[in-house]
Parts: sequence; C-alpha cells; structure tokens
Amino acid sequence: MSAVLVVEALAKRYDELEALRDVSFEVRAGELVGVIGPNGAGKTTLLSIIAGIQPPSAGSVSQGYGANAATAWRVGWAPQDPALYTKLSVTENLELFARLERLADPHAAVARMLEQTGLSERAREPVERLSGGNRQRVNVALGLIGDPPVLALDEPSAALDPGQRERLWGFLTRRVAQGTAVLFSTHNVSEVQRHAGRVLVLADGRLLFDGAPATLLEQGGEPAGGDLERALVRFLGAVAPASPEGTP
Amino acid sequence: MSSLLHKDLLILRRSRLLLALLVVYPVAIALLIGFAISRSPSRPRVAIVDQTPPGETLQVGNQRVPVSQYTQQLFNQVEAVPVPTRAQAIAKVQSGAVLAAVVIPPDIAARLASDVEPARLEIVYNGNALEQSLVRSTLNAAIAQANLAFSEQIQKAAGVAIGALLTGGNLGSIGAPENLIGLSQIPSTLGGIIARQPPGRVRAQLERIDAFAAFAAQNLTLAKRVLSTISQPIRVKSVLLHGRRTPLNAFAVVVAVSVSLMFVCVLLAAGGVALEREEHTLARLIRRPPGAGGPGRALISRQALLAEKTLLAAGCAFAIAFAMLAGIGAFVALDWSRVGLWLAALALGALAFGALGVAIGALAREVRAASLLAFALSLPLAFLALVPAGSVAGGFYDVIAAISFVFPFKAALQALDAAVNGASPAIGLSLVHLAVLSAAFAALAGLGLRHVE
Repeated sequence: MSAVLVVEALAKRYDELEALRDVSFEVRAGELVGVIGPNGAGKTTLLSIIAGIQPPSAGSVSQGYGANAATAWRVGWAPQDPALYTKLSVTENLELFARLERLADPHAAVARMLEQTGLSERAREPVERLSGGNRQRVNVALGLIGDPPVLALDEPSAALDPGQRERLWGFLTRRVAQGTAVLFSTHNVSEVQRHAGRVLVLADGRLLFDGAPATLLEQGGEPAGGDLERALVRFLGAVAPASPEGTP
Repeated sequence: MSSLLHKDLLILRRSRLLLALLVVYPVAIALLIGFAISRSPSRPRVAIVDQTPPGETLQVGNQRVPVSQYTQQLFNQVEAVPVPTRAQAIAKVQSGAVLAAVVIPPDIAARLASDVEPARLEIVYNGNALEQSLVRSTLNAAIAQANLAFSEQIQKAAGVAIGALLTGGNLGSIGAPENLIGLSQIPSTLGGIIARQPPGRVRAQLERIDAFAAFAAQNLTLAKRVLSTISQPIRVKSVLLHGRRTPLNAFAVVVAVSVSLMFVCVLLAAGGVALEREEHTLARLIRRPPGAGGPGRALISRQALLAEKTLLAAGCAFAIAFAMLAGIGAFVALDWSRVGLWLAALALGALAFGALGVAIGALAREVRAASLLAFALSLPLAFLALVPAGSVAGGFYDVIAAISFVFPFKAALQALDAAVNGASPAIGLSLVHLAVLSAAFAALAGLGLRHVE
C-alpha cells in the first residue's frame, strides 16, 4: 500500500532550542500510529507541523511520492483542546467546516459524520451543553469532515473518562478499517498497546523508535503481552539516558 | 468567507447579552444626547436674599436708580429662588435645593454711592471641588452680566444728569432751581453782556467765566461720549477661518455617534478575532500545507478571516451609528441633503475602527483581554481627540496630536463633523486618513495572527 504521509528529515528550531531533529517516517493508508515519548519530546510539535499549524525549520511533509505528491494536501486535524464553536450546534459546526472544505454535498457529509460519531440524537444541541467526551467526538468529526486520507490527533483522549475513551477508540478504529491513516500522540501508553498497529517513540526531538508495539516490548525487555509503559521506560533509559526533561 | 460571516451572525444572535447591549447602548446614548441637547442649558437655581430696604434708590446726579433693578438683573441671569433670610438660604444650599445663595446686603446703595468702600455681595455655596468650580464660574458669569446691566442703568442716569448740566431747563429734582441755564448756553448769553461792558476789571472777569463755561461744556460733551463707551469698551468680531460655524449641539451629536461607532466596532472586531483563538478554531481555520509552495490551501486565508471580522463589525457599527444619527435627528435639525457624506464618513470610520479592533483581537489571546484592551484604548482616544489646542502645554499637546493622528477616532470625528456640519477640515482629507489607518491596522492584525499555535 502506498504512503499517504511522508515525513522527510523534519526539523524544528525555536531560537537555540531544537524541538525536532531529522525526523523521517511514512504512514500508509489504514495505519493507526501512536506517537509517544516523555514531556518535551516533540510530539505536539511534530503533529502540529503535519497538521500545518506551524511550518518546519527544515525537511518536508508530503502526502505521497511521485504523482501523489502533487495532489492537494489533505490532513485532518483534531487538537487536544476541542476546536469548536460552543454557541453553535453540532450540526452547525459540522456544516460550517463542510462548507469551508468546499465539499460537493455538505449536508450528506454532515449526516455521515453524525451517524459515524453516534451524535445524531444530539445534532441540534449547542456544543456548550455537550460533555467533554461528546465534544471530543465532534472535534474529531470536524477533522474528518473532508474525508482526508490522514488524521492527526493530539492527545485525543486526555480529558475523557474510560467510557468516553472506549467510544472514541471504537469510532477511530472503524475509520482506520475504512482506510484512513490515523496518527495520534498520547501519554497513555496502554492505549497505544491496545489500539495502535505501530508506534513512534520521540525523545529530545529525535525519533528513537519506529515499529510495532510488540517490537518495542521486546526491546524494552518485556515479554509478549507485557507492560508497554515499563518497556518504554527501559527503552528510553537504554537508548537516551541523557535526554533532558522539559524540552519541547 | 460567507460561511464564516453566517457563522458569526449566528453566534452574535445567540449572545443575547451582547446583542442587547449593542441595541440598547446606542439607543440610550441617542436618547440621552437628544434630550440633553434639545433643551437649552438651564439656568442655575440660586437662592437670593435681598436685604435692601424696599424702594431703596441710588442717587446719580439728579437721577435716582432703584437698587431693585440690580436684583432684577440678577434674577434674569439665574433661576432665582427668593428667600427672606440668610439662614434659610444656607439651609437650602445644604439640602441641595439650590446650587448656591446670593446675599444682597442692606447697605449696598450706600456703598455704591460711596467712593470709600466697594459694594459687596455674599455668595454661599457647598460641594466638592468640581461643584465649587461650577458654582464660581456660573455665578461669576451671572453676576458679571447683572453688574454690566446695572452699570448701564447708572451710565444712562449719569448721561441724563450731564445732559441737564449742558442744556439746562427744569431738572425735575427736588431743590433744583427752575429754568436753569445750561453750560452750553452760557457763552452765547455771556457774550452779549461782555460786548456791552467797557474794558476793565469786570469785563476781564466776565471773559474768564465765559472761557471756563465754553471749556466745561466742551469737556462734559466729551465725558458723555466716554460714559457710553466705557459701559462696553471692547466689542468682539468673530472670524471662522475654515468651514462653517458648528453649533455646539450639532457637534455633540457627532461626538456621540463617533464614540458609539468606535465602541461597537472595536469591541465586536476585537472580540470576534479573540473568540476564534479562545475556541481554538483559529488554527483549524487558517492552518496551511506544511512547507512553502506545497499543494493545497488553508480553509480560509488570514487576510480573508480578518476582512470578514472587520466587515462584520463595521457593518453592525455602521447600521447602529446611522440609526443613532437618524434617532438624534428627531431632536436636532440635521441637514439630510448631506446624507451621502454621512454614509461615506460612517463607512470609512467603521472600517478603520474595525481594523483597529481586529488588530487588538489578534494581539490579545482571550475575549476578556481583548475587550478590556479595546475599552482601555478607546476611552482615552476619545478623550484625547477632544482636547482643544492651547488648553495644555505645547509639548504635551504635540504628543496628544501624534497619538490622535495614529488612531482613527479623531479622523472619524473630523470626517463625520465635516459630513454632518460642513466643518473643517474637508471630509476628503479625513477619509483618506481613515483609509490609510485601516490599511495600517489591518497589516498589524496580519502580523498578530502569524503565530496561531
């Protein structure tokens, strides 16, 4: 399957601080990729560059090689804090972004997203009356309204309770099954272990690991089905013992 | 952009408090200004204690001027509340029933006639520094007017007395001889007598009296003219350099509308941009493909987003300001044939205020901070633009003028004043100024939106 996202030699510098250093990877259609690492590893910076929130200092992000590279850039994005108009209803939010995306049939797109997110019954409610979990679902739905091949999510489940998390992951895994590539950052390593088919480990702006969660378990000295979080800590201790805390 | 505009109108409609404020505020201001300026300034309510004996007069030559005329002049300048005693007057001042009290002493006529002790009035007043200043300035002006009118009465009486001395006849005052000869008649009468006198000591004495009479008549004629001159020695001729004279109430209308235009526009525009940040939607809207020149596009460009916020705020403020003008027009006669110029001034003013608002909104990160900044900036701008040249030190005025020049309030006020009242400077200059400021603040807003993460 061809790559739907190609990240090449990506770097980001804030004055003297190097937030990302020479990061390269590819994401294919239907992949669910978790990005983990300590605080200040560069996870949010990486996702925000992929989402087009900020430009890279060096390197490139594209959506495929050759003929695919010339196609329009289409990366859906859902930030950690839901980016929604709280005075508008769920439908009005979706419809606004469907129109801004210049979709051929905005109403059909809205109906599809309402059905997929399970928010049809609350479609007319103002977002300000929704729970945190439902807001996050609308937030993700806005990222997907244009049916992009890639969806970037920054800590999508950070503010959700277990039930809300389950519903969100159920929705995301269905999208992945339909071929959408999902790239998400998280501090919840168990989510990566449960849902992601691939994991990227960042520390101090460097990409230290790119592979299956099972491989990370192995490299961290954990048996199959072991604790991925413990494996990550061991892995980071072995690979990047001098990584300072608190850098972005 | 139309989708975003529709969204903002929906949000505006659902923000009931803001919507109510946008409707109520200009209506309240329009009514307030309208009622205030449609009534002539009321005269100060002053208690007057007249202690002079009834029928007291001041003797001027052979004329008697009633002292009550002075009281009457004072009554004409204020809304007089006659009070019999000083104590009652003080009680009225303390209760706030009157602004102040004026006590006319019983010996005022004697003092006016005396060249030793000047006549004095007593003014009793109360209140804080502002009220004290108001009382002093108001009563000083009223008393000066009354003094002037009373001095004209005295001058007239003095003129009549001098005229009687010059022309003679029956003066009509008690004790005066009948058919008195006037000074101006003495030379001709005495000339005949002198001609019949042989040269000698008596003739020489008569000639000296004749010369004195001629000299005295000549100088008294001059004195009469001088008396009429000193009652109002200097008269004023006003010359307006540019434009036409603007009545104060018409200027007050322009100030009220300009202030409302600024507040509504700046607050809406600043709040609109800041709300996009606060709801985290700004980044979603204007994120662009990573890397310059890559394929794809943002949902909306920064410029289009700023233009939409500016136009929304300017449109709302324009409609409100025009409604205000029309509303105040019910109280004040406005020249509706100039309505095209009003619209041009309001439109350019609204655009400039909208651009200032989006710049504030782009720099502030929250709606509350943006609103506070908008208020904190707008209030002093309005105040500074109304400071007249010469009322503060030269260097300080230059600073005020520079600040007023780089913000749109003064230019908008001048444009609207020129449009509504035909005041100077010409409207074209102010409109160009507003257009330049709009472009400058829009550019500043663009810089403020560079970092959205």
